This record gives sequence, C-alpha cells and structure tokens, in this order.
Amino acid sequence: MTATTASTGPAGVSTSGETWGRVAAAGLVIALVIAPFGVYPVFLMKLMCFALFAAAFNLLIGYVGLLSFGHAAFFGTGAYISAHAAKVWHLDPLLCVVLGGIGGGALGVLIGYLAIKRKGIYFSMITLALSQMVFFIALQSPFTGGEDGIQGVPRGTLFGLIDLNRPLAMYSFVLVIFLFGMFALWRIVNSPFGQILKAIREHEPRAISLGYDVQRYKLIAFVISAGLAGVAGGVKSLVFQLASLTDITWQMSGEVVLITLLGGIGTMLGPVIGALIVVTLENYLAALDFPVTVLIGGIFVACVLLFRRGVVGEVEHAMRKRG
Amino acid sequence: MTTIFGVPTAALYGQLLIGLINGSFYALLSLGLAVIFGMLHVINFAHGALYMLGAFAAWLALTKFGVNYWAALALAPLAVAILGVIIERTTLRRLAGLDPLYGLLLTFGLSLVIEGMFRHWYGSSGQPYAPPPQLQGGVNLGFMFLPIYRGWVVVASVVVCFATWFVIERTRLGAYLRAATENPALVQAFGINVPLLVTATYAGGVALAGFAGVLAAPIYQVSPLMGSNLIIVVFAVVVVGGMGSIMGAIVTGYMLGVLEGLTKVYYPQASAIVIFVVMAIVLLVRPAGLFGRGE
Repeated sequence: MTATTASTGPAGVSTSGETWGRVAAAGLVIALVIAPFGVYPVFLMKLMCFALFAAAFNLLIGYVGLLSFGHAAFFGTGAYISAHAAKVWHLDPLLCVVLGGIGGGALGVLIGYLAIKRKGIYFSMITLALSQMVFFIALQSPFTGGEDGIQGVPRGTLFGLIDLNRPLAMYSFVLVIFLFGMFALWRIVNSPFGQILKAIREHEPRAISLGYDVQRYKLIAFVISAGLAGVAGGVKSLVFQLASLTDITWQMSGEVVLITLLGGIGTMLGPVIGALIVVTLENYLAALDFPVTVLIGGIFVACVLLFRRGVVGEVEHAMRKRG
Repeated sequence: MTTIFGVPTAALYGQLLIGLINGSFYALLSLGLAVIFGMLHVINFAHGALYMLGAFAAWLALTKFGVNYWAALALAPLAVAILGVIIERTTLRRLAGLDPLYGLLLTFGLSLVIEGMFRHWYGSSGQPYAPPPQLQGGVNLGFMFLPIYRGWVVVASVVVCFATWFVIERTRLGAYLRAATENPALVQAFGINVPLLVTATYAGGVALAGFAGVLAAPIYQVSPLMGSNLIIVVFAVVVVGGMGSIMGAIVTGYMLGVLEGLTKVYYPQASAIVIFVVMAIVLLVRPAGLFGRGE
C-alpha cells in the first residue's frame, strides 16, 4: 500500500505539513473537550474507542504496510478481559483497561508470530483465519458467556475516588486514555523505531541488507498494535458495559479496515476522521430501513476505486500540491 | 457393533462422508481462488458471496420460474459468470498494477454489498431446496447408508475439479493461460488477447463458485450468509495448500475436509478450528504451504 501513504519529513525537521498537523491535532483535542456539552457523550466515547482501534490498526497498514484482516480478535479479547476483570474481579477500571491491553498484546504475540511468516495477501488471509479461530474459541468457551457475552459490566470507581457512573467522569476517563493512545502512536511513528518500520514498508529487502532484523520489528509493531486494539476494546466494554461476540467477528475486522481506509491510511488523523464518518453513518442508518452492510460495502468499493488516499490523505495531497 | 478407536464404524463413515462433502466445496472454491489469483493476482473475497449467489440463483429459478435442478446446474454458474464479467470489466480491471491488497479490499466491499442486499430481501433464515427426484433417497452399502444426493455431490465435484485441472494443464487454452500468468506482455505480443483471457479467467473462477453453490443448495439451506463463513475457512485451505498449483488446491481441499470430518468424530469441540490449527502448524513447518513455490 505504498502508493497512498503520506511520507513525513526526516526526523527533527519541521515541515509546513507538520505545522498543519499540530494545528489539526490541537483543534481535535479542543473539540473533544468541548463536545460532551453539546453532543451525546456515549456517541463520542464510542467514536473515541473506534478511532483508537483504527489508529492502532493503522500502525500496521500505514507504517509497516501489513494489512491485518483479523484485528477484531485483539479488540474483542481486550473487551472480554476488561469486562471479566471489572465484573468478576472488581478491579480498578484503569487496571481493567490495562489488562485488556496486555491480553490483546499477548494474543498479538501468538498471531503475529505466525502471520509475519508470510507477506502481502497471505498475511491478510492468515490474520483473518486466525481471528476466526479466536472467534470460534470465544463462541464455545464459558469465560466469554457465548452468545450472551458478558453483560452488566460495572464501570467502577477510578482509584477508589471517582465514580465512573457519572457521564462526565466516564467521558474524561475515556478521553484521557484515547489521547494517551494517540500520543503513544504519534511518538512511535516519529521515533527511530518508526523510521525503520517505514523503511520496511518502502523496501523490505533494503532494510534487511542494512542489517535490520525485519521480522523482529514487524512482530514488535504487531504486538503494539494488538495491545492498543485491546485497550480500545477494554474501554469499549466499560463504556457500553458489555463485551459480546460482535466485538470479535470478522465484520468488526472489516469495519476497522474501512474506517482507516476511508479516513486515510498512513495518516495520524485519518482513523479519527474515518471513525467519525462511519460511527455517525451507522447511528443515522440504524433508524432507517436501509441495510448498513450494503452502505459499508459501497463505501469500500468507492474508496478503493475513487480515493485510495482517504479523506485526510486527499486533503494532505492537495495541500502539498499547492504549497 | 464394529468400532475403530472406540467409535462405531457407521458414525465414522458418516462423518467421513460429511468430511468429503465439505472437502468438495473447499476444493471447488479454493480451486477458483487459485485460478483467479494466478491470472489477476487478486484474492477474490467475493468468492463466498458468489457461491451464495449460485445457490440463490438455483432457488429463485425453481420457485419463481420452475426451472429444475439440472437446468439450474448449468444456468446458475452462467449467471454468476456473467456477473463476474461485469465485476472484472467495471472494477477489478481498474486496479491492475496497484498493490494486490486493493483487490482484496474491493472484493471484500462487493461481498458486503451482495450479502447485505440478499439479507435485506430474504432475511437471515435459510430457504429449503429439495434435491432433484432422480437423486432422492439412498442406498445401503452394507457398512453405511449413503444418501444418493451426497454421493452425487462428491462425484460431481471431483469431475469438475479434474476437468478444470485438465483444461489448464493439458489444453492449448490452458497453455495460453499459463503463459499469460508468467509473462502477459510477451503473450500479448504474440497476438493473444490477454485482457479477454483475464476476464474469462475471472468469469471461469467465479462460475466454479456458482456451481458449488448449486451443489450446496439441497445440502445446506440457501441463506444469504452461507458463503461468508465458508470463505474464511477456504482462505485457510489456500494458505495450507499454497496457491502455486492447481492440483495442490484440489488435494488440500479434500484432505482438510476429511480431516475436519474425522475431528468431528474423535474430538467434536475442535472441529470448527481444526483447519486453522493445521494452517498454524503448516506456517511453522513449511511457511510456503504444502504445494507452494515460495514468494
């Protein structure tokens, strides 16, 4: 997917694109701080969960060039573990989310180790098949509650002080985790480690010949991505107080691919914009008698045929052309 | 009662037959995927949806126009092939030369559209489709009871798989195809219409999926989602076999189907995941796949 990815300037050199990126990021933070006073908080929290999920997925497709078609496995595992930790073990909400992330990351070690043995299209098929295996295990094991899922997950009291059943407290909790996740991804992408990932994406044989252990870098990126997807799933299970099979289906994996593709593969803000569009559309369509999957599929086709750079990618491209 | 490893032989043979039938569908579908991949370098995610379309085409033809099973067996794959021509000419063609992952994403989107529409029109529940009168009932083979239709499915799929293999490996048309896979520019220079060959390959590949759909209609119920779960298993089959060889795709399909059937007898809980486990083991031992030629 090298054709669509936006290249950033060399590390440390500030370009006009970077300045715009900072302005956009600051605008996003301000918007998210003000938003709950005007928009339904649960909608915004859902948006942030999916944006973080997509941003984690984007680390692989956008910066290493690996299309994972099984990221729901990590999202769903994170959701189940956080829900279990909150409901059965009555742990602190933050610890629940962290455990969800660790669970997602641990599964990422297993699946990533197998999947990076192949490249390109095979990588996608392997991640899809292994995530389907995780789905069947979730369907059968008593831990997940099968078809019912884990319901009535308590949001708990953060540090024993802040009652997360208050909407604004919960919103702030989700916002802080979301911003932390996005900041971590931004740091990773712009670190020397991130530069090596991009080198692997651009020309893997050259990265190997320069002496980098490419497989190890791929695996580390995979595990970070899976871990953050687990965090997103964990937060989601606390927001909706539910972890269910929906979180772990291949349709969910497809949805995160769509969010990222639509927003812009390989851009920092793309997953956020993509999540905003998809979550909004789904909210509105739920009221109509129009099948959501048809629309999602249609957007997929339109994206691939007409604007492969995604919304943010096209805007960046237009700006670069002009300036 | 005779038993093998503590399992009654009748149950064992019964599950083996089911395994062979599942294997027939795996073989037909992974064969189509391999043929398409060889020529277009696209993994056709819509394969499952087109398999479902084949089954629906047969069901609709029967209930709306009274077209019988035997006619449907020819007409439904033809209808799916025509749709395949449209898909290839209007969308896939425009992705030529781009990263193959875009083909995967495009066909994934198409499968969501097709399945979403059918679910919207017909709901998620299955529609029954009776086997043709000639193939109803069964015969007692002495060691087991064989429903005739199920035997027919295995025979028909073996014949079609072999015919496909024969066309590709042993005929002049197949020689053109294999040559165009290796070096399309050169084959084009020899005066062979490669774009037409590409379209024909895609149409032929999806026609196999449509044919499998008609075969499946009397066994599984005809439902909009019958293809989507199957296609993921078929992806695992393709990873296990490697897409380099036509025969490899066929053999792997039957092998894994039978293995799945056996698992159902000895350890039913694992039957849904056994193919994925095999895929994981093959990736560890022989990453290029059993019949793969590497990348």
